[in-house]
Amino acid sequence: MREHFCYKKIKYLWQMIFAKKGALPMDWNLLGYPEMFFENYDRGEFFDEMFDAEGSVRPHYRRLYERFRNLSEEDFEQKRQAVDVSFMRQGITFTVYGDEQGTERIFPFDLCPRIIPRSEWEYLEKGLAQRITALNLFLHDVYHDQKILKDKVVPRWVVETASHFRPEFMGSQVPKDIYIHICGTDLIRDDSGQYFVLEDNGRCPSGVSYVLENRLAMKRAFPNFFHQAGVRPVDLYSQDLLSTLRHVSPDGRERPVCAVLTPGVFNSAYFEHCFLAQQMGIEVVEGRDLVVEDDTVYMRTTKGLTRVDVLYRRLDDDFLDPEVFRSDSLLGVPGLVRAVRAGKVTLANSIGTGVADDKVTYRFVPDMIKYYLGEEAIIPNVPTFLASNDKERSHILENLPDLVVKAANEAGGYGMLIGPKSTAAEQEKFARMIVENPRNFIAQPTLSLSRSPTMCEGNFEGRHIDLRPYILYGDKIRIMPGGLTRVALRKGSLVVNSSQGGGSKDTWVLYGDE
Amino acid sequence: MGTNKKGKKMILLSRVADCLYWMSRYIERAENVARIVDVNLQLLLDSEDLEDSGMASHWMPIVKSTGDEALFARLYDKPDSGSVTDFLTFNRENPGSILSCIFTARENARQVRDKISTEVWEEVNRLYHFVRGQNIKRIWASGPYEFYKQIKQSSHLLQGLSDATVVRDEGWEFIQVGRYLERADQTTRILDVKYHILLPSPRDVGGARDTLQWMAVLRSCSAFEAYHQIYGADVQPWNVADFLIFSETFPRSISFCLRQLSESLRRISGERHRYFSNEAERLAGKLQADLNYTSTEEIFRRGLHEQLLELQDSLAAVALELFEAYMFFPVVDPSKEEEEQGEK
Repeated sequence: MREHFCYKKIKYLWQMIFAKKGALPMDWNLLGYPEMFFENYDRGEFFDEMFDAEGSVRPHYRRLYERFRNLSEEDFEQKRQAVDVSFMRQGITFTVYGDEQGTERIFPFDLCPRIIPRSEWEYLEKGLAQRITALNLFLHDVYHDQKILKDKVVPRWVVETASHFRPEFMGSQVPKDIYIHICGTDLIRDDSGQYFVLEDNGRCPSGVSYVLENRLAMKRAFPNFFHQAGVRPVDLYSQDLLSTLRHVSPDGRERPVCAVLTPGVFNSAYFEHCFLAQQMGIEVVEGRDLVVEDDTVYMRTTKGLTRVDVLYRRLDDDFLDPEVFRSDSLLGVPGLVRAVRAGKVTLANSIGTGVADDKVTYRFVPDMIKYYLGEEAIIPNVPTFLASNDKERSHILENLPDLVVKAANEAGGYGMLIGPKSTAAEQEKFARMIVENPRNFIAQPTLSLSRSPTMCEGNFEGRHIDLRPYILYGDKIRIMPGGLTRVALRKGSLVVNSSQGGGSKDTWVLYGDE
Repeated sequence: MGTNKKGKKMILLSRVADCLYWMSRYIERAENVARIVDVNLQLLLDSEDLEDSGMASHWMPIVKSTGDEALFARLYDKPDSGSVTDFLTFNRENPGSILSCIFTARENARQVRDKISTEVWEEVNRLYHFVRGQNIKRIWASGPYEFYKQIKQSSHLLQGLSDATVVRDEGWEFIQVGRYLERADQTTRILDVKYHILLPSPRDVGGARDTLQWMAVLRSCSAFEAYHQIYGADVQPWNVADFLIFSETFPRSISFCLRQLSESLRRISGERHRYFSNEAERLAGKLQADLNYTSTEEIFRRGLHEQLLELQDSLAAVALELFEAYMFFPVVDPSKEEEEQGEK
């Protein structure tokens, strides 16, 4: 009913506009408005995913462009609303913080997909596989012989001052030497279209359920178009994830019992935890569902205790086990770390992976790749200045208005200064913080992130986007084709995080290049 | 512990069992609050113009029967149609209001959405958004009967959906246990509303007004047709009580609910008929047997109200023992910490 009402209202408004111009069409429903969406599209001084510098449609967007230009604005709006209603109906919502009424919102979803042609994706896949291989070698090295530190390729202080380094796990074995089983690596493109790695998320990367849900939403919105579009499916992710988890079964136990360890229903990613567990056919457990006896982890069931072998934990190290980490934590499982050390349960990801996705460590990933693999990094890093280095710090302090400054251990777009968009007072505040605690800050040039056409109040406008592919490291490396494309919906904004006005798009990796 | 044909162990986490049970209980409770309000709305239709004081004696009983007079007195000035229906429908400070029940049902459902079907989850979710989007002024402006009818219908839809889409495993039995335990309890409360209304004017017993009230009770339990098939047009208090307490075939009678409850409990434990393996089963079975050997005359002689209160206590004891028998997890409130734990 409500959908219908909105649709009527929009139609009415359109008629008002036409009436004012004195050009009310007889039957406006029958009129197509070719290229209405794109005729005023301004690609700006950025790399646009859909249009090249001359304003022509890039080959891999052509089919989509043809489909979209045949849509009336009304059709498009209807589809958009249908998708929103369906997210609401499924309860894929988040509660607005501080709202006592419990108002719930959906994460904004934009119907214009981000498209990646085959050749480009092959390049990305190679680069991502190379990167996670090096990161896992690095973690093993750091928690064992520390050769890379002894050879001074990565300075020792970088590791030892990283807040997520866990020296108490030195020498501790993890099954198959895999530390990061699930990685979400954030990629961006600059104004030439070159891809860069912005950061690695090797602890609890989230968002993959949105990739799967976004795809379903797109299929529902464009049922007839989808099979012509040549898009690679993403549905195998859950199966791949389960294979990855089973691969690290402790002592090679056959048919291991896997479970997703969630902080609980109040966590913003709770939906995703349930979603993945359901798709894998395994249990979602909270800390209080588990108990450790004789260094073995059990679930409390109605018929007693059942052993758990592998935990896909979506809980940070700090909360895992009050006996070892935060003693006031109610989320964790007393004794869990003992069980991990005894090799009776495997955690994915392992404890202490945060040392690898620290923003200072990040700067050294290309060096790691060269050190361990003897290769150049396929996807480059964004040039990064370390505030802890005297020379680089003066450079940062002198160029604050042009740089992006990030706190080394903050997530979600917090603790960040975007130089060109900041006030003098904010710059001063960051300058002070940098001088006080140089280890905690890095700076990068402000890249003009690529843009993608995004529906904004009835017209397509360019909005900045990034990409988070999901990489699984098990018996082999599996990368879901595509990933989560996040879009900064606010005009001019470079921050794509959902907590800061970001939305998402479906990401299409094509079978071919067109 | 069950095993399917392929040898995969079918396990049920205690917390999941608890959530399924409460999800089902709260949906049933929301439905029954709607029914109880509906009795009174029906009665209101048939009564003469009521003064303010009359309004109080008309509405206060259902506040009493649902349990929380003190809370009501703290939240509202006086009991009338608006305040009582708001208290029982939308007030979030009243944990027994329809909105609170549906909210709690949804929070429980959210935790087990991998165990129920998409259809069940989406309906629970839809119902919540539907009720949250309404308020007392609006439903009185558009006719409250329709609103309460929709609550009942949604609850029925949920039962139908779970019937048609949820796997018949142990989890399903916990859904049944929650439903029938709550329904038995609520049927006692609906009967009790009549007791409270009746009390101030004993001269009305057996009069036209009395008959109308008992008919309203029947309607509120969806028992109007079923009753008439058995007893004809004659609506007598003892017959109505007999029907709603003892009917073996009417799905909202207390006897019927107790039988379903016992059967589900035994399917959970795998215990044989007439045996028990835990206190919950023993108490449920005993309650069923007690009721089987009680007559309507005895109930009226000992006092309907007192008998209903006893039943409520016994049902509460079953619920308590159920928790003892199956829910082996500590209850904590980690909500703050959960929000704090950040994902990237």
